[in-house]
Amino acid sequence: MSATPIELPRWADTALVPLVSVVAALLVAGLVVLGIGESPLEATALLLKGSLGSLEGLGFTLYYATNFVFTGLAVAVAFHAGLFNIGGEGQATVAGIFAALACLWLAPLPGILLVPLAILAAAVGGAAWAFIPGYLQAVRGSHVVITTIMFNFIAATLIVYLLVEVIGKPGSMQPETADFAKHATLTPMHQLLAPLGLKLPKTPLNSAFLLALAALVAVWLLIYRSRLGYAIRTVGANPRAAAYAGISPARITMVAMALSGALAGGLAVNEVMGVQHRLVLDFTAGYGFVGVAVALMGRGHPVGVGLAALLFGALYQGGAELSFDKPTITRDMVVVIGGVVILFAGALEGLFRRLVAGTLRLGRGG
Amino acid sequence: MTGTAPAAIELYSISKSFGPVAANRNVSLTVAAGSIHGIVGENGAGKSTLMSILYGFYEADSGEIRVGGEKRTISSPAEAIATGIGMVHQHFMLVEPLSVVENVVLGAEGGTWLKRGIAKARAELARLSAQYGLAIDPDATVASLSVGLQQRVEILKALYRGAEVLILDEPTAVLTPAEADQLFELLRALKAQGKTVILITHKLREIMAVTDRVSVMRRGEMVAHVETISTSPAALAEAMVGRRVLLRVEKAPRQRGAPVLEAAGLSVVDARGHETLREASLTLYEGEIVGIAGVAGNGQSELLEVLAGLVQPTRGVIRLDGRILTTADRSPANLRRLGLMHIPEDRQKTGLVTAFAAAENMILGYHDDPAFGPGPLLAPSAIRCHALAGMQAYDVRPADPTLKTAKFSGGNQQKLVLAREIERAPKVLLVGQPTRGVDIGAIEFIHRRLIALRDAGVAILLVSVELEEVMALSDRILALCGGRITGERAAEEADERDLGLLMAGVSERAA
Amino acid sequence: MELVQTLAVILDSTIRLSVPLLCAAMAGLWSERAGVVDIGLEGKMLIAAFASAVIAYKTGSAWAGLCAGIAASVALSLVHGFAAITWRGNQIVSGVAINMLAAGLTVILGNAWFGQGGRTPPLEGAARFGEIELPLVETLKSIPILGPLYDIAVSGHAAPVYLALLCVVLTALVLKHTRFGLRLRAVGENPAAVDTAGVSVAGLRYVAVIICGALCGLGGTYLAVSQSAGFLPQMTAGKGFIALAAVIFANWRPWPALFACLLFGLLDAIAIRLQGVALPGIGQVPVQAIQALPYVMTVVLLAGFIGKAVPPKASGLPYVKER
Repeated sequence: MSATPIELPRWADTALVPLVSVVAALLVAGLVVLGIGESPLEATALLLKGSLGSLEGLGFTLYYATNFVFTGLAVAVAFHAGLFNIGGEGQATVAGIFAALACLWLAPLPGILLVPLAILAAAVGGAAWAFIPGYLQAVRGSHVVITTIMFNFIAATLIVYLLVEVIGKPGSMQPETADFAKHATLTPMHQLLAPLGLKLPKTPLNSAFLLALAALVAVWLLIYRSRLGYAIRTVGANPRAAAYAGISPARITMVAMALSGALAGGLAVNEVMGVQHRLVLDFTAGYGFVGVAVALMGRGHPVGVGLAALLFGALYQGGAELSFDKPTITRDMVVVIGGVVILFAGALEGLFRRLVAGTLRLGRGG
Repeated sequence: MTGTAPAAIELYSISKSFGPVAANRNVSLTVAAGSIHGIVGENGAGKSTLMSILYGFYEADSGEIRVGGEKRTISSPAEAIATGIGMVHQHFMLVEPLSVVENVVLGAEGGTWLKRGIAKARAELARLSAQYGLAIDPDATVASLSVGLQQRVEILKALYRGAEVLILDEPTAVLTPAEADQLFELLRALKAQGKTVILITHKLREIMAVTDRVSVMRRGEMVAHVETISTSPAALAEAMVGRRVLLRVEKAPRQRGAPVLEAAGLSVVDARGHETLREASLTLYEGEIVGIAGVAGNGQSELLEVLAGLVQPTRGVIRLDGRILTTADRSPANLRRLGLMHIPEDRQKTGLVTAFAAAENMILGYHDDPAFGPGPLLAPSAIRCHALAGMQAYDVRPADPTLKTAKFSGGNQQKLVLAREIERAPKVLLVGQPTRGVDIGAIEFIHRRLIALRDAGVAILLVSVELEEVMALSDRILALCGGRITGERAAEEADERDLGLLMAGVSERAA
Repeated sequence: MELVQTLAVILDSTIRLSVPLLCAAMAGLWSERAGVVDIGLEGKMLIAAFASAVIAYKTGSAWAGLCAGIAASVALSLVHGFAAITWRGNQIVSGVAINMLAAGLTVILGNAWFGQGGRTPPLEGAARFGEIELPLVETLKSIPILGPLYDIAVSGHAAPVYLALLCVVLTALVLKHTRFGLRLRAVGENPAAVDTAGVSVAGLRYVAVIICGALCGLGGTYLAVSQSAGFLPQMTAGKGFIALAAVIFANWRPWPALFACLLFGLLDAIAIRLQGVALPGIGQVPVQAIQALPYVMTVVLLAGFIGKAVPPKASGLPYVKER
């Protein structure tokens, strides 16, 4: 095996390799479906119908995709700085706490102030929870991967403590806060678009989706069109060259982690402010980890992240519908697919590049 | 041809390519048993590849290896060790947290349990130490040993495995002159015991001092085999570099101007606590090139880095245009603003981001320049135009700003860096290894540019491992040894022998 | 006497709670000392817990369950090895993938096969590991302090508990005193040194990764077939990551790792006992604070505020021959 990286044409590099690994991952999922005695084709049909076959299904798909856009972008931004942030879950958790506190404590404010402030609070909470690991890596040399893992668990115990002991709804046995005031929540999409004459079915899709679209554009601008993004990419690709260029890798590490955490906070905005309208336990529900798959599949590029988020949104929604009809195929299938995508598009990238390169050469030769 | 006794090593028509690059082409070599055989050649001539093939680290594409007259296929280091070949790599293959004796037995433990093997190794180490006068504590942690002692551990490792042929790859690159002399003593002792030594180096002084025969490699081919006593450094140098005997650079007499960069008493301590630069003082004047002569690892890199603001001095003062630079002033970004530009020694690790497009590398260090975009944003078209202009002016081929930097040849990558820094009209230019791994055409181009810059009044500090280059380009030459400036010569009065003494730390001209 | 009794009971539950940590920590230690970073300990334990519960249920034999648990875990560790060693992939990414695979697969298969929301049916009789009475318990009982301690804390555990402790001894012994151990320590620090000494880097790392899988298998099996009577979704609940913390805490050494695991197990045992109890002078300590302690301690240690964690130099780096 040669140590030289396999050279591929650009289109193959950016589109074909991730596509092939996703198709392979879906095939693996098909095998699992086959293994538990169901028909993969039938399952696929149900899945597509459930996710894209109706306006309602599409609304749910986009709602899930919103979560994946935020967590995928969070991982992607850190990737560009050469950092692996697997603390999305913890950062979103803290973001949710911050957002909930803002919604509860600032309730006297009018919605036009309260909502942006609460979104800001979520971003600050997520950023802070990611900044600390970034600081510890930049200044104290502790590895950001391990620290973010630990911070996930610390955040998980923190939210339990807060919901049970401090900000829980009085008199309730459930670990959750009281409901937010109506004006502290995000507008559902079917209400938002009603004045335009669009009649949409009621789904959890809310204005956080627009925020996610804005985040995609903003991250593209940041990474590929801004001076800060240039500095981030330089640090990620070659920290020594960055230092030579007068860019402080330590500073960029902290900045990139904070940005990454703020983006992970978007998950809390969608779930806590957009759907639950109160803080509940486990609202992060593994979205943070699937974000790794989204970022890897999207190759860290906002367009790719958007498409991958859409795919996972469809899988999530389709999976939910599928498990109604086929109780043996639960939504955990999406977790499996996510895992396989991470394995194929991330850890086994070399193998898939070789496969694609071999196939291309074959095609050209024949 | 080779006499009656079987040669220790015979290589016939060895070829090896890495992708499109032919590292070895039809290389043949005979090493007589019980001799010290030198292999010389410039960086990248294929010496290390050849030895890695002999040691089983790479497999040759074609060719034949004979050891002690018998044909062998050596496809792994284990097989090389079994055939009695040992190798001391340029970068030591030692496990730092382990003890000397653990390192020695690694891979030759002699059984499942360590206890017996370690005891045996301890006894054997004591014997070898006595035989060759190599005092070393078997229980010391390797990390705690000096570089010279670590090298001894490497040699002991090979001897413990019963090596009859010992390959040393650039063994003196990291040694002080005194340590190097000790090493040569050891090699002679090994020869006296009947061992065969293959010494790879690009330093002619060592070849002349210690070898019996020399083979010269150039661009992947073997170009000469000679007896050491019947050759001279000049003849070897000619064989190494081909017809191009000496670098001649046309230059006008210098017009020395005012002092620009003054450093006084600069010291640098590295991460391991070693003082790598000791109280270095120098002044650069407008319109001159000051060259630094020294064996690699004697403080040149640190001198460049401290002047470029990449490391902080532990002591000393730097003045630019007569003004003392504070710690805050010395950030690389600020130094650039003040007109101090830096072409780093290693373009791929420091000077460029090889994963970036050429255009993006042309703004490395200058991405805050308002010319490249509005406010916090960058404008790709402005960046591309800027890059294209620079690439055309410096004859970078292909002149495609969107091409990934890794795809350019070494010479063109270096021209990218040169274009980027020189286009900024520096007052002071720090240049490290300007022509390392660069083809001849590009070398001439780069040299002409540097001279033109000097003639335009720029103060240039030049660091290069190629003494010839330093002598050809410089107006003044400073010698560095052990982090200390050991002497200064005007270019006209400098000769290789004299500088060699200074580089070895002998500062008396009489010596 | 009362106090001794209480201490013995706490020690007993400490040991019980430490066992999965211990297995996973030894597993992580093997892998990381060889230079392969493994954050997939959690996933491997989980799949082992599932596989062991399924097979123990089907065969009625806990030992068959253990074999299945080890086999499933080793299979996942080979996937990690294939990505990390053969294809030089990112080891963290691969670990994340393994954790997600295990989390998803166990629930899907469990649900498809048993239809109980991912649980396996309860294990009874020989399908679970029984408690083993160590010899001389009755004889030694009369000795003050040591007698009850031996009776309550040391004796009466299931076979995997003793196996796990044995694994610690074996790990320490093999690493320090055998040829394989020396090579393994070397390959995690400087694989090139091992390669030039004529030993296969990939071979060593694969063996380490397989041992890692087997140990995770033991830990996961203990969870499902000994501590509990069957598999529950996500039953590892972060133990694989606490084990990772223990390894870091112990600076990648076996005996300190044992103590770190016992310490974290003790914290867990105390947290359970302290629920709702007010401590004199401090008041009521929130359980969550104690639960978070292992993670906080690891962060503090990694940041170098107390001591210094020095991982094997080559850990996480794929080995590529230099030109």
